[in-house]
Amino acid sequence: MGSSSSNMNNIPDGQQLLQETGFSAAHIVRLYERFEFLDKDNTGHLRPEDLETVPDLDKNPIGARIIGAFFPPGKETLDFGSFVRILAHFRPADSNRARDGAQQEPANSTTGKLRFAFQLYDQDGDGKISRDELLQVLRSMLGLQVTEEQLQCIAERAIQEADADKDDAISFDEFRKSLEKVDIDHKMSISFLR
Amino acid sequence: MSSQLCCDVTDVALSQLLRVLSVSRCVYKVRAGCQPAELWRKMLHLGVTLLLLTAAAAGPSGSAAPPLRGPGLGFSPAVSASSASAPPLLLLPQPREEYGAPGVALARSAAEEAAGPGEEEDGGEHQHHGGGFRVVQWEWSYVQTPYIIAIWLLVASVAKILFHFSQRFTTVVPESCMLILLGLVLGGVVLIANKKQLYQLEPALFFLFLLPTIVGDAGYFMPARLFFDNLGAILTYAVVGTLWNAFCTGFCLYAAKLLGVIDERVQAELMDFLLFGALISAVDPVAVLAVFEEVHVNDTLFIIVFGESLVNDAVTVVLYKVYISFVEVGAENVQTADYFKGVASFLIVSIGGTLVGLVFAVILGFITRFTKKVRIIEPLFVFLLVYLAYLTAELFSLSAILSMTFCGIGANKYVEANISQKSRTTVKYTMKTLASIAETIIFIFLGISAVDKSKWAWDTGLVSCTLVFILVFRAMGVIGQTWVLNRFRLVPLDKIDQVVMSYGGLRGAVAFALVVLLDGEQVKAKDYFVATTIVVVFFTVMFQGLTIKPLVKWLKVPRSTNRKPTINEEIHERAFDHILTAVEDIAGLQGYHHWRDKWEQFDKNYLSKLLLRKSVYRKSELWEAYQKINIRDAISVIDQGGNVLTSARLSLPSMASRASFPEVTNVTNYLRENGSGVCLDLQAIDNVPGAKVEEDTETHHVLAENLYKPRRRYQSHYSRHFMPLGEKERQDREVFQRNMKSRMETFKSSRHKRHKKERSLKKRRGSDAKEDGSDKPRRNVSWQDKNPVVVPVESEEEKAEHSDPEKEDDVGITFVARKAETPKQRPQSVPAALDGRQSPSAGPASPPTEDSHLPWKGSVGSPPPCVSVEATKIIPVDLQQAWNQSISSLESISSPPVPAEPVHPRVSALSRLGGPRPASYTPPGSVVGSTSSIGAQVAQGTFSFSEPKKEEEEEEDEEEQEMRPLMTSQRPPGFLPPPPPPPGSAPGPGRRSNPCVYLRSLVTAPPPGSSEPHSRGPTQL
Repeated sequence: MGSSSSNMNNIPDGQQLLQETGFSAAHIVRLYERFEFLDKDNTGHLRPEDLETVPDLDKNPIGARIIGAFFPPGKETLDFGSFVRILAHFRPADSNRARDGAQQEPANSTTGKLRFAFQLYDQDGDGKISRDELLQVLRSMLGLQVTEEQLQCIAERAIQEADADKDDAISFDEFRKSLEKVDIDHKMSISFLR
Repeated sequence: MSSQLCCDVTDVALSQLLRVLSVSRCVYKVRAGCQPAELWRKMLHLGVTLLLLTAAAAGPSGSAAPPLRGPGLGFSPAVSASSASAPPLLLLPQPREEYGAPGVALARSAAEEAAGPGEEEDGGEHQHHGGGFRVVQWEWSYVQTPYIIAIWLLVASVAKILFHFSQRFTTVVPESCMLILLGLVLGGVVLIANKKQLYQLEPALFFLFLLPTIVGDAGYFMPARLFFDNLGAILTYAVVGTLWNAFCTGFCLYAAKLLGVIDERVQAELMDFLLFGALISAVDPVAVLAVFEEVHVNDTLFIIVFGESLVNDAVTVVLYKVYISFVEVGAENVQTADYFKGVASFLIVSIGGTLVGLVFAVILGFITRFTKKVRIIEPLFVFLLVYLAYLTAELFSLSAILSMTFCGIGANKYVEANISQKSRTTVKYTMKTLASIAETIIFIFLGISAVDKSKWAWDTGLVSCTLVFILVFRAMGVIGQTWVLNRFRLVPLDKIDQVVMSYGGLRGAVAFALVVLLDGEQVKAKDYFVATTIVVVFFTVMFQGLTIKPLVKWLKVPRSTNRKPTINEEIHERAFDHILTAVEDIAGLQGYHHWRDKWEQFDKNYLSKLLLRKSVYRKSELWEAYQKINIRDAISVIDQGGNVLTSARLSLPSMASRASFPEVTNVTNYLRENGSGVCLDLQAIDNVPGAKVEEDTETHHVLAENLYKPRRRYQSHYSRHFMPLGEKERQDREVFQRNMKSRMETFKSSRHKRHKKERSLKKRRGSDAKEDGSDKPRRNVSWQDKNPVVVPVESEEEKAEHSDPEKEDDVGITFVARKAETPKQRPQSVPAALDGRQSPSAGPASPPTEDSHLPWKGSVGSPPPCVSVEATKIIPVDLQQAWNQSISSLESISSPPVPAEPVHPRVSALSRLGGPRPASYTPPGSVVGSTSSIGAQVAQGTFSFSEPKKEEEEEEDEEEQEMRPLMTSQRPPGFLPPPPPPPGSAPGPGRRSNPCVYLRSLVTAPPPGSSEPHSRGPTQL
């Protein structure tokens, strides 16, 4: 934070990001340091390969998907603004800071968090988690521990459980409904250091 | 708790044992007989008078003297020792003459030890009278101790029943309050009868037996994830909060003393007050558990308060010890170094206690890894090692509560995975029962202990000051710490939470036991402290316990829902964990999720490998969760079907199981009468399968409805456990199977063979053999004369046995999942058999002749079967597996001749089929292929076209599922089957190619699972 190279003034769109994401200036600076660290060749953009170098991410069963979530379809690079905006999903919900105004819902709202998770499942972007998409995630999360048949059972069960309109897929609303009892704010938040 | 206590406790136990061993039984009788005094004497008057009517020898009955007899028929010392070692720790009356004075410390004195027996010996001699043989003897002293214990437990338990007679009453008044009140009443009775209090809560009894049961239960069933998620808050409140409370209370009481608010009679210095503050400031796990369990606040709130009450034990122990030593040496002699020693002691006590617990957790996990053959003692290991963790920590005067808690938390995951379902249930119920009884005893005895004139050294100033201080400082401490913690917490604790946490800081039996342990010589104001502690405990448990429920309601504190997670939640929450870990990694934060993930990696790579069985290790948690959810659904459906249990009551597993027991049969009967194959899974009932498979589903339903009963009747006796199952679990399984079935229906899978494996398992099991014995003949009777399919079933069982030797007995759910396919299998074979064409009278005719009678042969006009290799080639490779299966199932129908008498099916199969028809035997093996490697090998050996390897088969299974409907809808009409082989071409012995040929001819028939309805018509013509 103290280094001269990374104070708020040097960060592109720093003030705007501050407004937009609700991160504090210290957060932004810290994330910018991280961004620069990941951006090995100093292009100002991150490429998927840059994220893949992050240690332990290769051990994450759905790491590839998460990296994919940082890169919207069709884009190969990630600038700092997008980087912060995506991470803003994981900012804890703020109870006291009233974010009124005409903006759309902040990224760290419950819906925003769920939306991020949903798109991890919904790889083809059709707004639905199909059985195959669910199976893929399950397969990667469960690895070789379970048989394909068991995976099928679980996926089948999950879809049956959530599928309200009987289209054999989980839409975002169904997804949200199936998780409405879960404390999303808690489960999908990271305490960013201050 | 403290080192002193430790010593005392061990000393007491040892001295008791020695005493009992050294003193003859007769002597022991005398001693014991003297103790129960008035209460028992009264009771005995009656009993003795009655008994003496039949007794040959007259005793000193009717007199005021305790009813005693001479020596009995001779008992081994061990017997009396075992029965007698408990009394001093348990419910011995307070004035123990032979010990000289109450209090544990005195029990140590060796001189007294020597003197005691002597006295009693005299008494014993005195009591030796009568002589001669008596028909009936009054052996009160022999059974006294366990008898009293049992009576107390009975009283406590009956009291609980009575409390719960009125549902409304118990929702308002916590049980702990009622128990204390009952204790007060009982204490009053004893006091009136005896003029002095006989019973009190013995610290040794409390710390060695009562507390461990409660802490063990709490630790073992602690929600580990929740606990560690909130570990920061818990530790803060436990350490900082308790220290704050202790110091503030102590200093302020001293200040009050100086100001004259507290009477002069209370002879206490600063150190005394600090000591008192230390023992009175700790939140008590027993009280918190008792009260909060009924309040049902949300999980986070509960775990913080309860976790604090467990973890603060270390602080209490250290403070107590330190102050005791300071009081002993005198405040003026305390050196600076001693304070540092105190801090070091705290670290050692807490960390050491935790480590001891974790070591025992590892040992426990490791032991349970090898208990496969001795399932029956699995629960014992759990109890023993958890208890040993506690005792070991006490032994080294470490924090025993911490040790036990962490042993429970650490071992739970591995133990639960290792031990059988039965053992899990046993552990759970036993722990809950013990904890519940211990809690009851503690509160009753708290009440009784309060009714003791000798204890009451009342000082209004001290009592009121203490009450005010602990409430105020608790509130201040909570607010201050929460303010700090909220800066770091993801979900801040709001004001309501803080109110509940402040108000929920209940004091209890730990404080009482500690204050009773104080040495009256050293701490002059002990009696005042005891009285104050009693008041504080009563106030917190009764007043606060009574009011916290309305308070929680009034504040609208989020309650816990007691809801079990759905499978979606299980899946997604796991995904969330991964997401958060990944994002933390990307953002370069070494946060909580990062470390948790690291720990999970470590656990997976090393710990689980070490502590889990191989078979368990391979299982996935998510799969387990899935199974649990399925079973839960089944239970709830059954319960709801009974319309007796509300979902709220379901939350208590014990109640659910017990209350639903009678209902189960009704529901099942109802289902049986209806005979519908409707899936009981609530979510699955309205599941509409895709249009593609709809038509097929319909036909399938027809079949399922017609053919359900026999299957169920038979399968309800299948057992997946080693031990015989209760009725209820059987029902659960049945419903579970139906759930699975409905799920499978949507798949339209025809992997129908595996259910047979389950039967084989069942067969292997000795305990189930009995169950089966009654069942199997019936099954044979009902099936056999019409249904030759029995034979292949059994033959396959054999293979399943080979293919599946590693399977554990209690992993049955995996089988059950497959069992779901049974309905598909049974329908396939049964109608063919039922069609009547194939009458038993046909007897062991040559198979080909039979073939012509088979429905699916009939449908093709039964031309002479001839080999058409081309027919098989038409079938795409993808479908060959499916073909194999259908062949085999058809083959299994046709091949075995019908055994007329209920012989053992396998025997009959072997005897009749013998050598000449190996082919008819192998197909079932090919069917098992997807699950059993041996089966696959056999299949590959027999069929030239069953190429796919095991893994591929798995994949193909999927494809099959997709393709089957297509096949079924298209094949029968469009496909012209080649004629079946002529009778003469029956596969002869030694001609390896023939079976294949023969089978391939069968291939041409439509797959049985779906063709059934189609083929059925023609045969009935």
